[in-house]
Amino acid sequence: MTHPLARLPGGAGRRGWSLLVLLVAAVVASPVVGVAAVAVAGDGLTAPGGTGEMIATTALLLGLVAVGTGVLGTGLAWLVTAYDFPLRRTLAWLLVLPLAMPAYILGFVFLSTFDYAGPVQTALRSVLGDDLGVGSDGLPVRSVVGAAAVLVLTLYPYVYLTTRAAFLELAPTAYDAARSLGAGRARAFRVVLLPLARPSLAAGLALVMMETLTDFATVQYFGVRTLSVGVYLAWKGSFDLASAVAVAVLVLLAAVVVLALERALRGRASYAQRGGRGSGLARRRLTGPRAWVATGAAASVVALAFALPVVRLVTWALSALGDDTGAGVDDRFADRLVSSAVLAVVVAATCVTVSLLVAHALRLGGGRVVRGAAQVTTFGYAVPGAVVGIGVLVVFQGADDALVALGVEGGTGLLVTGSVLGVLVAYVVRFTGPAYQAVDASFSRVPTSLTQSALSLGAGPGRLLTRVHLPLVRPGVAVALTLVLIDAVKELPLVLLLRPFGFTTLSVWVYELASENFWERAALPALLIVALAVLPVVLLNHSSRAVDPSARVVR
Amino acid sequence: MRRLLIAIAALPLLPLSACGLGGEEADLQVYSARHYDLEAAFADFTEDTGLTVEFLDGDDAELLERLKAEGDDTSADVFMTVDAGMLWNAAEQDQLAVMDSAVLEEAVPRDLRDPEGRWAGLSMRARTVVYDPEAVDPAELDAADTYAGLGDPQWQGRICMRDETSSYTQSLVASLIDLHGRERAQEIVESWVANDVEVMSNDIELLEAIDAGGCEVGITNHYYLARLLEEDPDLGVEIYWASQEGDGAHVNISGAGVVAESDSPAEAQQLVEWLATDGQSQFVDDNHEFPVNPDVAPEELIAGFGDFERMPVDAAAYGSLNADAVEVLDAAGYR
Repeated sequence: MTHPLARLPGGAGRRGWSLLVLLVAAVVASPVVGVAAVAVAGDGLTAPGGTGEMIATTALLLGLVAVGTGVLGTGLAWLVTAYDFPLRRTLAWLLVLPLAMPAYILGFVFLSTFDYAGPVQTALRSVLGDDLGVGSDGLPVRSVVGAAAVLVLTLYPYVYLTTRAAFLELAPTAYDAARSLGAGRARAFRVVLLPLARPSLAAGLALVMMETLTDFATVQYFGVRTLSVGVYLAWKGSFDLASAVAVAVLVLLAAVVVLALERALRGRASYAQRGGRGSGLARRRLTGPRAWVATGAAASVVALAFALPVVRLVTWALSALGDDTGAGVDDRFADRLVSSAVLAVVVAATCVTVSLLVAHALRLGGGRVVRGAAQVTTFGYAVPGAVVGIGVLVVFQGADDALVALGVEGGTGLLVTGSVLGVLVAYVVRFTGPAYQAVDASFSRVPTSLTQSALSLGAGPGRLLTRVHLPLVRPGVAVALTLVLIDAVKELPLVLLLRPFGFTTLSVWVYELASENFWERAALPALLIVALAVLPVVLLNHSSRAVDPSARVVR
Repeated sequence: MRRLLIAIAALPLLPLSACGLGGEEADLQVYSARHYDLEAAFADFTEDTGLTVEFLDGDDAELLERLKAEGDDTSADVFMTVDAGMLWNAAEQDQLAVMDSAVLEEAVPRDLRDPEGRWAGLSMRARTVVYDPEAVDPAELDAADTYAGLGDPQWQGRICMRDETSSYTQSLVASLIDLHGRERAQEIVESWVANDVEVMSNDIELLEAIDAGGCEVGITNHYYLARLLEEDPDLGVEIYWASQEGDGAHVNISGAGVVAESDSPAEAQQLVEWLATDGQSQFVDDNHEFPVNPDVAPEELIAGFGDFERMPVDAAAYGSLNADAVEVLDAAGYR
């Protein structure tokens, strides 16, 4: 086992806390197990035809997206933490915003902008003539590369956020030592900082890969046949839940590989820092053209990934409001906004609490099984939302039947139908992954000696959590809250499938309109989703400013 | 700090208590995969009958799984879809009750309802050919088998269609398998692919591409064209009723059935009957669909598309051949 905590002495851990980890893992695993059981009981698992090709396409897409987000995310994080340039502060948080744009909206916006009938190619044709020198079909936007580009632009913030948090938490001692020993900034970055930030880079990349694995909207728009398209085709095209589950299991296996790679990338090393959380690096002020190149680079990423789609959406929203009274501005408006917001807050608080408890429990020790269970809690993120949804339905129904069989009248009474509990459980299954990744990455920089000292000085596990661990992993908690809030606001398949009558979120509203191609009318609720998702980004910015050592700018 | 943690841990209980208070339930609850303004039609139904209706939108395959998982605890009374194959599937999986309804037998043509009375079509959507009048002379199109005719080499590089994940594409190909057999259907799809068909991810995009000159011929649902024409009467796209000298234009239905475990099957059936009769216009007109009831006239704009012969709807074929259609599309490399 390569996990740094493997070295934590006193391996057995606290029984109660270990049980908690096992319980969370069981809850997260249950929907997939449930749906697989139903599928096996049906026709047995058989992968549909063309699976090999889909695996190859998925691997190619994953590779492109991983490289793209890794370079873009880490590069930008380094740029905003190590250098100072005009608008740096503003850009540092604007760069997170693309996360607020749901892929099912962005994919469409991009195609409508860059495809044949879109404004870009139309303008190009009017200048360059009809065939643009590439034939009558126009530019080949609809391809793996096109899909990868869109995914990189939406997903790089995961890497950016996690690595930036790492750079901000770094104790400058190692870096300063390297510099004083004669290493240039670039070399010190590559040899000292990048390896130290590896757990965060790995955590960010793991999230990106899992998002890519479960993405259906973007790949469908771009005509790329990945495994999640396979799930869709098997289930909805062939009415074959068993094949769909078989492919979903493949997706899950791919996620296991991704997470194993993440562990490998973290390596055997321990990433704990002496002296607790660092206060980051001294920032170097860029001047002259170099400063403007830095500003320009960061600004153009924000423009392409966020401003452009927002402008498109605003244009549509205005045109919908202009020529249609039924654009949806009525009393349901506030209702849906509140539904989305409340759900997101509750889900984020729950997921982050669960992740914090699990990571803390791991710190207290526990064997291989407990560590494995902790890993299982992140797998839900790699399961397509619809599969999680059906799984939760199946499990709740099973629990109900079991209780009725035991003679409990009416079963649990918790049957998912119309129960917000079902939605909540499903969200926890799905989103504990990102929360745990962020919290765990922060934990990995807390020295185990600190935990041991606190314990040996007589602090109980509860006190250790609230007084020692929580304050030290606050940046990770902030990132985790932001990620889950944003994800929960954007989330569609779970809430669509499990929600009770009368409970409509903004994402469901967008779905209803967009699935019938009412894009202009969908623009307004889509913008609201973006606006709602921007809020936690602002809050995160606020909370990370507390640890932002702007006082240490080198003049 | 500990108090804060406890507060956070208790947060999830908030919405639970809130939903326990929940509002009053409507008389009828509809699971619907149809997302066009249903509110207006249901409001009229409530006015006519005094029965209140609420509905839950979703994806049809997922709603069907939800129905199955909920079993006899379901609160749903009516299941509404936009695909005959899905209705057939729901009936096959015992999720729909038999409606013994003289009203529906009278109002809905035989091929648009289940022979055993478990579901009825409520509106028709035709999937036919559209073209750019500046680039295409309609006489070029094969009037006997227009869909297969698009595989003729003269259409090389000129056609646009929807992607294989679209249920529209799947049910069209399923109907071709039903008509011509799987082997011939495979040849037809391969001939489209050989013609470098440009595959689009939605119908509006496809129509706009034709309007902009990116494609010359495409296949779309008639109401998307109607919707764009409503916004822009000068749109450069014309409709062509496919296969009028052959089997007729491909049609699918939007329809509904009473949920097998419904608590109010009689009222649920009343809603389906109302939608097929008094409520037809309210149900179909907003989305420019054709009424199933021959006594009800289609709205003006689509009436202007002219009369057409339709391919008989064979729900069992759409439902049972859909998987074959996906395989055919896969094997042909259609994407």
